[in-house]
Amino acid sequence: MSASAVHSLWTTAATAADPISKIPAPKIEYGQLSPTLIVVGAAIVGVLIEAFVPRKSRYYAQVFVSAVALVAAFAAVVALAAGGYGTTKAHIAAMGAIAVDGPSLFLQGTILLSGLVGLFTFAERRLDPETHGNRVDSFAAQAASVPGSDSEKAAVKAGFTTTEVFPLLLFAIAGMLVFPSANDLLTLFVALEVFSLPLYLLCALARRKRLMSQEAAVKYFLLGAFASAFTLFGIALLYGYAGSVSYATIAHVVDGSVTNVDPALANTMGNDALLLVGGAMIVMGLLFKVGAIPFHMWTPDVYQGAPTPVTGFMAAATKVAAFGALLRLLYVVLPGLRWDWRPVMWAVAIVTMLGGAIVAITQTDIKRLLAYSSIAHAGFILAGVIATSKDGVSSVLFYLGAYSFVTIGAFAVVTLVRDAGGEATHLSKWAGLGRRSPLVAAVFAVFLLAFAGIPLTSGFAGKFAVFKAAAEGGAAPLVVVGVISSAVAAFFYIRVIVLMFFSEPRPDGPTVAVPSPLTMAAIGLGVAVTLVLGVAPQYFLDLAAQAGVFVR
Amino acid sequence: MENLIALLVAAPLLGAAVLLCGGRRLDAVGQWIGTVLAGASFVIGVVLFADMLGKDAEHRILIQHLWTWIPVESFQADVTFRLDQLSMTFVLLITGVGSLIHLYSVGYMEHDERRRRFFGYLNLFLAAMLLLVLADNYLLLYVGWEGVGLASYLLIGFWQHKPSAATAAKKAFLVNRVGDMGLSIAIMLMFTTFGTFAFGPVFSHVGETGEGKLTAIGLMLLLAACGKSAQVPLQSWLGDAMEGPTPVSALIHAATMVTAGVYLIVRSGAIFNAAPDAQLAVTVVGAVTLLFGAIVGCAKDDIKKALAGSTMSQIGYMVLAAGLGPIGYVFAIMHLVTHGFFKAGLFLGAGSVMHGMNDEVDMRKYGGLRKYMPVTFITFGLGYLAIIGFPGLSGFFSKDKIIEAAFAKGGTEGWILGGAALLGAAITAFYMTRVMLMTFFGEERWRNQPTRSPEAASAEPAAEHHGEHAEPHPHESPKVMTIPMIVLAVGSVFGGAFFSIGDRFLHWLEPITGHSEGNSPLSAATVTGGTMVCLLIGVGIAYAMYGRRPVPSVAPRGSLLTRAARRDLLQDDFNHVVLVRGGEHLTRSLVYVDHTLVDGVVNGTAASVGGLSGRMRKLQNGFARSYAVSMFGGAAILVAATLLMRAV
Repeated sequence: MSASAVHSLWTTAATAADPISKIPAPKIEYGQLSPTLIVVGAAIVGVLIEAFVPRKSRYYAQVFVSAVALVAAFAAVVALAAGGYGTTKAHIAAMGAIAVDGPSLFLQGTILLSGLVGLFTFAERRLDPETHGNRVDSFAAQAASVPGSDSEKAAVKAGFTTTEVFPLLLFAIAGMLVFPSANDLLTLFVALEVFSLPLYLLCALARRKRLMSQEAAVKYFLLGAFASAFTLFGIALLYGYAGSVSYATIAHVVDGSVTNVDPALANTMGNDALLLVGGAMIVMGLLFKVGAIPFHMWTPDVYQGAPTPVTGFMAAATKVAAFGALLRLLYVVLPGLRWDWRPVMWAVAIVTMLGGAIVAITQTDIKRLLAYSSIAHAGFILAGVIATSKDGVSSVLFYLGAYSFVTIGAFAVVTLVRDAGGEATHLSKWAGLGRRSPLVAAVFAVFLLAFAGIPLTSGFAGKFAVFKAAAEGGAAPLVVVGVISSAVAAFFYIRVIVLMFFSEPRPDGPTVAVPSPLTMAAIGLGVAVTLVLGVAPQYFLDLAAQAGVFVR
Repeated sequence: MENLIALLVAAPLLGAAVLLCGGRRLDAVGQWIGTVLAGASFVIGVVLFADMLGKDAEHRILIQHLWTWIPVESFQADVTFRLDQLSMTFVLLITGVGSLIHLYSVGYMEHDERRRRFFGYLNLFLAAMLLLVLADNYLLLYVGWEGVGLASYLLIGFWQHKPSAATAAKKAFLVNRVGDMGLSIAIMLMFTTFGTFAFGPVFSHVGETGEGKLTAIGLMLLLAACGKSAQVPLQSWLGDAMEGPTPVSALIHAATMVTAGVYLIVRSGAIFNAAPDAQLAVTVVGAVTLLFGAIVGCAKDDIKKALAGSTMSQIGYMVLAAGLGPIGYVFAIMHLVTHGFFKAGLFLGAGSVMHGMNDEVDMRKYGGLRKYMPVTFITFGLGYLAIIGFPGLSGFFSKDKIIEAAFAKGGTEGWILGGAALLGAAITAFYMTRVMLMTFFGEERWRNQPTRSPEAASAEPAAEHHGEHAEPHPHESPKVMTIPMIVLAVGSVFGGAFFSIGDRFLHWLEPITGHSEGNSPLSAATVTGGTMVCLLIGVGIAYAMYGRRPVPSVAPRGSLLTRAARRDLLQDDFNHVVLVRGGEHLTRSLVYVDHTLVDGVVNGTAASVGGLSGRMRKLQNGFARSYAVSMFGGAAILVAATLLMRAV
């Protein structure tokens, strides 16, 4: 919706004699929105499946529908990109609400692929031993039953599974698809809530350690709601400043090319304080989602408590979506404010890189370790965001693509290492894993090396691109801090490798479960992408460079 | 014709590859494969030589470009061979003498189980040496240079079960590394100075370059030559290298390895000609070494070590000649060739004596052997006469020319260098006569005593064949060993005369090395007369000491100089005190600094980061309310900072 559209709803309704004829029929480009629409449609089908399909068949129906929808949506993204919507035909669709351009399509493609890989790990049912003759996945038998209660036992005995996770996953993905392509603040907020709410729920659904899982979900929900409130407040302030929620209009007001003051907002329009405070608050909401310090506190607790497949998906896809939205906000809406927000973002990036790396050193739980690692990586990506150049955009796009596969793969490996209590996430139990399961340990080592940014892995190519863009954008000190934090971070990644390969295995150590082809595909894809992007990154760097221009 | 050049290198290289990779099934025929391929290389060399003789002097340079090796912008290196008169001379020497040594080894190594490998290494040695002399640029030469170093390491340490052999091999390798460093630095300097390291462009650009840079390059080349040719101060490996089988010693001393340094200096003549200071350094090194080696040779009772000292001294003559510039280049090479004949003959003769004496090497336990091994006696004797410069034999011609050239340098330097060369001739006559007398004349001191300590006897496997502790039964060696000795003796006798009459060798090499007559203060006849006098004095003293008096079978204490010479004039003690101790102290202090300062800083940083991590971790207390406060605080700071930025 454009500013005039919003405005006219209020004014014309009061004055016009025939309001019906004055409201124009919205023009929706269904083809260009098809990726999102397919996923949303499939999610609704999933809800219907929950309602009408017999319990025994639901799992298969849900997995089938979800997989088909994600593949179809990805195909739609590829078709749009091939049709030139990423470059020459990029434009703003759906009455100004959605931008269809290079970054949108690139990030949507990344999110859909992460979603597909995430789906594989969601659908895994061979890791836990069968209970009462039923295969079980990572999710609670019946989410509504109180942990440890009789009803829970009954649900387990009946072989229930929470197949609702699949439509929830699809809803979250749909929200994430909209998030980086939202072109006005209201769409941004709606997308934020659409992908956040399913994630809050998913976090609470762990089959084992349910109390921890529920605690994580509550924390995530409370803090997420808190952050959303800031975002919403920021949106209100920006509307007060510009008289519009449209990105383009706000940008024009910021750079001074729109000067006609709306009489209803005469007291606030053009007030820079509103702009600065509002902008900062929206940015803060996005920084919460990417897990930047000091808005990161939820990350370790939630990553640890959530079911590991959810953690993997969330760590990858949320970051992609949120950074996409942040990029668009800073590059499209607030480029005129660059000299105000850059120093602040510098500080945030430095604190995030160093803080994430340093606190990770003393972690003893592999999931918390990866959580802090993701915080440090958020800092590295921020360095690219701050470059405020085309290279900055494309390097961040590349980094996000590379990072999401490493992350999902790494968390998928975590689901394999198990003992009697489920996943064995305490680091001490990973000692000597390389002796007992050399393949799994080697694969995990590849992911850790990619996190550390060792050459010949995607992590190196990504980090190099981001730091290069930052250095060329005049942020050399940031690069220095980034390299130092990388060195600190390398310590704890390598330490895990040393632990796996050079320590004596513990007698009560965990066993490595043999997964179904689903998890194997997720891990295999992760390794393949990590190595291909590491050894021959140029094609994908070019792709990201092509996609690096926002439509305004 | 030029297409044949690569085959010169390829034949022995193929032999090395086949023998080293072929496995045990080649054990029975390995020695013949190696010998035939070395011989094949010699035949190709002869064919090329005949072809070259048929051409005018100006058209004798053959170039064979094989492929571009390193094409990196201005850093261009080609695998290109260059066959001119100088390299032709070396090719014939290397393949000819090398083939004879191969043939000899067939007999000498008959009882060694690892014979196949031995011949593989010998072929590798030949291939590397041929690559060295055929390369058309310094980088390719360096490949051959390193290959020679590797092959010598493998061969000196061939009896690796003997700790002394393993140590000697390591010592040779390490000392050579010092020289190799010189060559690599010289190549780098060339590249930065000339932008290339191919022979042609480098030599043609010499005229446009400052003398300082050329002197630096020359000194680095000299360092390289000192390493390979065992010149002072890098001479210490040569004596220990006698731990290798005797044919290896012959190969190292006569045809390959030690000649490489002389080749390098003569080949780089254009550079040295333009850098007089470097040239002076070369002559000094040569003069010092020729006396050093000769003095060491006088005191050794081990026949091979006495010969090793002699080699050092003779190479000193060559280096001295090469340092004299165009006056001396031709004679350096001529002496190198004649030396190749007689020194190979002497070593093979020494090997033959050892073969017949249960591998005894102590000359004090020889004596009167002329009756028992006449062929060896005669060939060794001819080699002896050649090396001391007996008139008419090859050493006479070549050494005499060098002494003349040294005087011809002129001035005080000329007198000093010429005097040193004359003195060296006298000492040479002394120690070689001593070797001759102690081995083939006098009492039969080997009677009634078991030879060699058991430890030493187990060293050469041939000993097992003869029985270890029995009294030796001196006997002549088989034909396969004596024939090469005879051929080499013929070369030792006639080589010098053949080269010198009508200045054949001079005309042959002159187009490559250039030649100038110096202004000798002494006439040629005077020099020859002086040399003869020195020769007679040396032989006379030796005869008085070892021919007239019985030789004690236990070495007497001797004078201070004798004792020092027995210890190789304290070269190892010097190296130990200065280099080993010094190095140890340096390492220890560096380790100390590393442990305290560097580790302290590193560990301190790590510890403080870890401590920081522990404290920051406490902020993560698990309460959602604390998290919300942190977020609120963060948001407040974010907003405030943004506003502040605008205010500033």
